[in-house]
Amino acid sequence: MNNVIMEVNDLKVHFNIKQDNAWPWEKGRPLKAVDGVSLKIYEGETLGVVGESGCGKSTFARALLRLLPITEGNVVWLGEDLVSLDKQQMRDKRQELQMIFQDPLASLNPRMTVGNIIAEPLRTFKPELTDEEVKNKVRNIMDRVGLLPNVINRYPHEFSGGQCQRIGIARALILEPKLVVCDEPVSALDVSIQAQVVNLLKELQQEMGLALVFIAHDLSVVKHISDRVLVMYLGNAVELADKHSLYDSPQHPYTKALLSAVPVPDPEVERNKTIQLLAGDLPSPINPPSGCVFRTRCPHANEHCMTTRPQLQQVSPSHQASCLRLNELTDD
Amino acid sequence: MSTLNQTPLLDVKDLRVNFKTPDGFVTAVNDLNFTLSQGETLGIVGESGSGKSQTAFALMGLLAKNGVIEGQANFEGQNILTFSEDQLNHVRSEKISMIFQDPMTSLNPYMKVGAQLMEVLILHKGMTKKEAFEASVKMLDAVKMPEARKRMNMYPHEFSGGMRQRVMIAMSLLCQPKLLIADEPTTALDVTVQAQILTLLNELKSDFNTSIIMITHDLGVVAGLCDKVLVMYAGRTMEYGSTDDVFYRPTHPYTQGLLSAIPRLDSNDSELTTIPGNPPNLLHLPSGCPFQERCVHASDPCFTEAPILTEHDNNSQRACHKSAKELVA
Repeated sequence: MNNVIMEVNDLKVHFNIKQDNAWPWEKGRPLKAVDGVSLKIYEGETLGVVGESGCGKSTFARALLRLLPITEGNVVWLGEDLVSLDKQQMRDKRQELQMIFQDPLASLNPRMTVGNIIAEPLRTFKPELTDEEVKNKVRNIMDRVGLLPNVINRYPHEFSGGQCQRIGIARALILEPKLVVCDEPVSALDVSIQAQVVNLLKELQQEMGLALVFIAHDLSVVKHISDRVLVMYLGNAVELADKHSLYDSPQHPYTKALLSAVPVPDPEVERNKTIQLLAGDLPSPINPPSGCVFRTRCPHANEHCMTTRPQLQQVSPSHQASCLRLNELTDD
Repeated sequence: MSTLNQTPLLDVKDLRVNFKTPDGFVTAVNDLNFTLSQGETLGIVGESGSGKSQTAFALMGLLAKNGVIEGQANFEGQNILTFSEDQLNHVRSEKISMIFQDPMTSLNPYMKVGAQLMEVLILHKGMTKKEAFEASVKMLDAVKMPEARKRMNMYPHEFSGGMRQRVMIAMSLLCQPKLLIADEPTTALDVTVQAQILTLLNELKSDFNTSIIMITHDLGVVAGLCDKVLVMYAGRTMEYGSTDDVFYRPTHPYTQGLLSAIPRLDSNDSELTTIPGNPPNLLHLPSGCPFQERCVHASDPCFTEAPILTEHDNNSQRACHKSAKELVA
């Protein structure tokens, strides 16, 4: 296994929510968007993060880069705790930590040309470079992400979604970061374009030895690109495992339900499969269930699940799941 | 396809939708032909801009003001494209109804869900308020809404996305339409909720014998629900046939490309096969076949002549200059 580059310990991000008609002196209630997630990210790997809307996967990703105030816990980047850094130190660190956003067009400044957008990180962090050097680097990275050199003076609105995402990728990679967090980078794209961007990310990762945190709600895409996968539910990590282990033998009841719900483009498979439908809706994160957060929708929940909160426990060397009835459930 | 001898419920002939825009005429739907029998489900798949939604809007008489329709859509023998607004209002919801992609924006935020449901019955069926209320509760129960009676008094914002889509489905089924058009009904929903909604649609299909036109970009959704599939690209039909034929024996390069470009949960391939390039701009379509710029098989006639949709074996149709034998390895 490669070296650990990032270690996340008991990360919590809570937001203070006040009711609409609250008095100014009334205290808000905490919304636990991320509630105690611990994991390690290894050099050059892809960690997929999946979960349904509202499970805290985007908050988790932003917290990794300290784009949000972290309530508790720490994020150790190459031996240094990011949470303890001040603003200027954190800013310097951002050269190594970059992000690709979901909406390709909205994440690009409409009044800047493509060349300027891609060059901006260089101008900010490496002001010593001459114009010529900057231009060369921009041309280089544009070539690598598959943008033609003649588009350098165009504006974002002249590009399709897939092309815009390529610009976003070029901007994130020009500083040669070690870790790139991709927040749903392909969910706004058409199928044929999605495949192009996924393949591009994989290629670039191998070339540059990047570590990727790949957030998506589409389990098929995550399976395709990741080495390890983290499944989240209501701010909690429910399962963290090697890709093959997770998709072939999911341990947590939520992961099982999630996987069975994904439609497969094969009529025969679809007609004959049984979907484990989950009862009800996602509970409100302001008022999460006691004990195991999944118990309200879990077909196997018992009284023990109402009182005790499960922690991630080792199932096999590369597989962790957080369920109190793990040993009983593996039998069926 | 077991329903060959019956007269079809819906028979669409040479449907064409043009939009007059400041930049010129745009043909969003180009000579579309399909038939649908009672109880059958048709999936229309395509990427954004392929004209799949405009087809649905055209059938429902919901096109934007600058849209011009040509062709025929015979529903129970009558061409609904020539109907007046009054006639359409009767057809809509009584005979054909539609579910939209975004369940939040398609419900009125100022009205209680119950009132929105009852309105349909009072207007179309002439029910009294009391009857309408009971019928609405029954319908909410049918779409598996928990605590249906209590929910009648709630506003749309108090519902989750999946619940809102259930309300939409309930509303569209109140008058027991013969045809339900679903325009990307699960795109905005999470997979577990999507599974609930698709299971529900499958049950409704067998309970009410409703015909469904399912418009989606997700081939996985089509695989589980539909009997027939129509693949659209740049407003044209690329391939049209039974679900099994299209999925297991695709004969059009675009369908083949699309099927291999989706990452699948049941495969372990590391590299996705991609379709090079971007979908075309409808204002500046390439000459000849609309797909030629991205097609790996394109050769001489493809650049100059648009292929015509022709009959292929097993009742399937395809629009490609290359013979099916050349393309199926």
